[in-house]
Amino acid sequence: MTRAGERPPGGARALSGRPVGELTLEAVRRGEIRVPDLRIHPDSLERQARVAEEHGNPQLAENLRRAAELTALGDDEVLAIYEALRPGRSTAAQLAGLAASLDGRGLPRCAALLTEAAEIYTRRGLTA
Amino acid sequence: MTVPGPQQPVGRIRFMDQQRVNLDGFAVEDPDLGLVALRSPHDPGPGLVISDGRVVQMDGVAEQDFDSLDAYIARHGLDLAVAAEVMALPDTELARRAVRPDVPRAEVIRLCAGATPAKLARVLALLRPAELMMAMTKLRGRRTPSNQAHVTNRLDDPLLLAADSATAAAFGFREIETTVPVLADAPSNAVACLIGAAVGAQGVLIQCSVEEALELELGMRGLTSYAETVSLYGTEPVFTDGDDTPWSKAFLTSAYASRGMKMRVSSGAGAEVLMAGAEGKSMLYLEARCIALARAIGAQGVQNGGIDGASVAGSVPRGLRELMCENVMVMMRNLESCSGNDALMSESDMRRTSRTLPIVLAGSDFVFSGFGSIQRYDNMFGPSNFNAEDIDDFLAMQRDWGVDGGLRTVPAEEIAELRRYAAQACRAVYQHLGLADFTDDHLERAVDAAGSKDLGETDTLAVLSAAHAIREGGLTVVDIVAALDETGYEAEAEAIMEMTRARLSGDYLQTAAIFDEELRVLSLVTDPNDYAGPGTGYEPSPPRQAEIDDIRQARGVDDLRAEQASAAELLLAPAGPALAGQDPRDVVIGVSPAVGRDVWRSLSGLTVPEVLGELLAGLEEEGCAGRVVRFNDTVDLGRIGLAAARLAGSGIGIGLQGKGTALIHRRDLAPLANLELYSVAPAVTRGLYRLLGANAARHAKGATPDPARNPYNDEAIEARYHTTVIALMALERAWVRPGEPAEELSAEGLQ
Repeated sequence: MTRAGERPPGGARALSGRPVGELTLEAVRRGEIRVPDLRIHPDSLERQARVAEEHGNPQLAENLRRAAELTALGDDEVLAIYEALRPGRSTAAQLAGLAASLDGRGLPRCAALLTEAAEIYTRRGLTA
Repeated sequence: MTVPGPQQPVGRIRFMDQQRVNLDGFAVEDPDLGLVALRSPHDPGPGLVISDGRVVQMDGVAEQDFDSLDAYIARHGLDLAVAAEVMALPDTELARRAVRPDVPRAEVIRLCAGATPAKLARVLALLRPAELMMAMTKLRGRRTPSNQAHVTNRLDDPLLLAADSATAAAFGFREIETTVPVLADAPSNAVACLIGAAVGAQGVLIQCSVEEALELELGMRGLTSYAETVSLYGTEPVFTDGDDTPWSKAFLTSAYASRGMKMRVSSGAGAEVLMAGAEGKSMLYLEARCIALARAIGAQGVQNGGIDGASVAGSVPRGLRELMCENVMVMMRNLESCSGNDALMSESDMRRTSRTLPIVLAGSDFVFSGFGSIQRYDNMFGPSNFNAEDIDDFLAMQRDWGVDGGLRTVPAEEIAELRRYAAQACRAVYQHLGLADFTDDHLERAVDAAGSKDLGETDTLAVLSAAHAIREGGLTVVDIVAALDETGYEAEAEAIMEMTRARLSGDYLQTAAIFDEELRVLSLVTDPNDYAGPGTGYEPSPPRQAEIDDIRQARGVDDLRAEQASAAELLLAPAGPALAGQDPRDVVIGVSPAVGRDVWRSLSGLTVPEVLGELLAGLEEEGCAGRVVRFNDTVDLGRIGLAAARLAGSGIGIGLQGKGTALIHRRDLAPLANLELYSVAPAVTRGLYRLLGANAARHAKGATPDPARNPYNDEAIEARYHTTVIALMALERAWVRPGEPAEELSAEGLQ
């Protein structure tokens, strides 16, 4: 790990692991660039989270760390979780189940968000 | 005549009623409906009770009664380590610290992190307008102010979008927000704006404002680079009606970040009132909840200042002040402020300027969260408070006050080139990818168009099918880059790849981040605001100051000299020294030193020979003989006229400055006296000059002249001509030779 704000040796990597510096027009011409090469790497988000913390915004840091977790999920799954969190879409049990599943897959922060949602939604009548 | 009666106000009031400001709606303050700006009797008082590191009461509500907004803010939004300190500070003390230059921004930020929504609402309500400006100057996150543009059109025409995006980028906007009248067109709009912006300037962020899922999808494919449509509301029922909760919004915020997209939330006064859901609270208090929530969910910034509800705030007393309070409160929460001004809040040019000006002067992260860079009718967000109609006004305002509102002048030829290049690149990409074909005629029209009405008939179905192909084909930014490269737009392809690389480090996910044109990130982290009073904080660099100052309408003496030279004629040749006349019908027309040399056209547009021709004709009509004499030792019209009168056999002279100001003089009057004067040179007509000649002749004959009335109109004559007058007088003065005698000028060819 590198210190907050410091560039990792060799510069940032894309989600695919490819060094960002390799994302050149030449590489496009060779047909080498795929969608995971365009996606941000969780390490970059973690680095930004530390910068945000140092600049008086722990909430932004927490958001970026949740985001780092979400890089592991596909677009459809991300949108499905968002849909599940909208009002009246899920029962408390469904939210808790989703939270447990995310926790098991290495997304504890997102899981905590869903767990808390299940609690508050129940009290405020926002469950299905 | 209309007789005033009980039903009919007097003419003065009827006249006032007709002014455009009276098209606006003005509401009686009504706290029960939420029609109150800064403070409602139903607003809770600030308060915070913490027990065992947990908020158990906030702004008068106990934990078990927290609604979902309270619950989220209480658990995530407050720095409990500083809460006790800030909540114990008197409101006036915190307000003063927000304003005072000697209290560092960081200290205000530290304190406000522990302040409840009601606390900040009470504090902001204390700030007067000038204090709000001071607070904004000090508290915004980014040192360098910036601006955002709307780029849309009624037809979602890609070539026009590309040309207009290039134009907006060239004008200096660092974010471009597009949207669609037809939802399915969205992918096409995103692509067209991406291409256009890349032509106009490097590093411009692009947004396509549509529903969440599609917006996220466009971002995931790299076609757009930021989002700001995630809306927050200040009451739970309205929030729920918006089909979200604080948790779903928090998740969405992370979803955008997980795809490396910059994102800010959107809120602002009036939304709850319009939904009849304000619960009797003031606009500022409800917005204080939104902003606290924005911070709590981890958004880096907020677009507020009314937004769609700006005119609701504008309808109540202190409403515009409330809008600015919203922006400043965002800054106090250490977030990026995208400061509204994006909805036309009045039919009155003065009111809408009054709404925007304080923010322009104070400077914000984004002065507008959407300056309509296109014409009002093409703005698919609805007209912004400023639009293409107002760009020159805005540039002049920046220059007048010496402030950086983010925009700059671009030479007309450069705009033409950029628009052509952008439209061509867009057409080439659409053709290359098999999305759509556009005719040469369409391209020419898009390049020249001031708006989509200039495009004529277009094939809107072609846009829809292009958008469909982009979406279904799963096209990404790489496909656009490859297409640009293969169709000969290598520089633009390279620019977009460079930007794609720059985004992947995530630096632009920090608060208030923009890219500059060298792709450096300017944010709260890299470009922190260091205002601490006069002589500190942001100041435009000399090149940037020159961009602000050099508007294309500015004219100097050299411009005017060239303009005058273009009207020069082979007339008014010197014809020897001027001699005293003996004939009682001899009238001398004295002209200023630069006439017949550098000055050839008067302010009315008539050439100086034309003016002289009319004066001579008028003299002749009344039986007098005129001659033209140039006085080389003064530019003063009274002295020229008097000297002319003293040379004339009749004792009557006409003085004429090259700019067209004219008078009749008599040899026995004091220099500053005269018989008739045309002081408003720009408005003098041929007929009036002829009349002046005739009246001079009548004076010479001892007859009774019929004095001409000075022409008058209600235009800002001085604003229009003073700069030209200054330059003309400089040309005149350059020919002054003290002691040099007057000379006769040839009158040949003047009539």
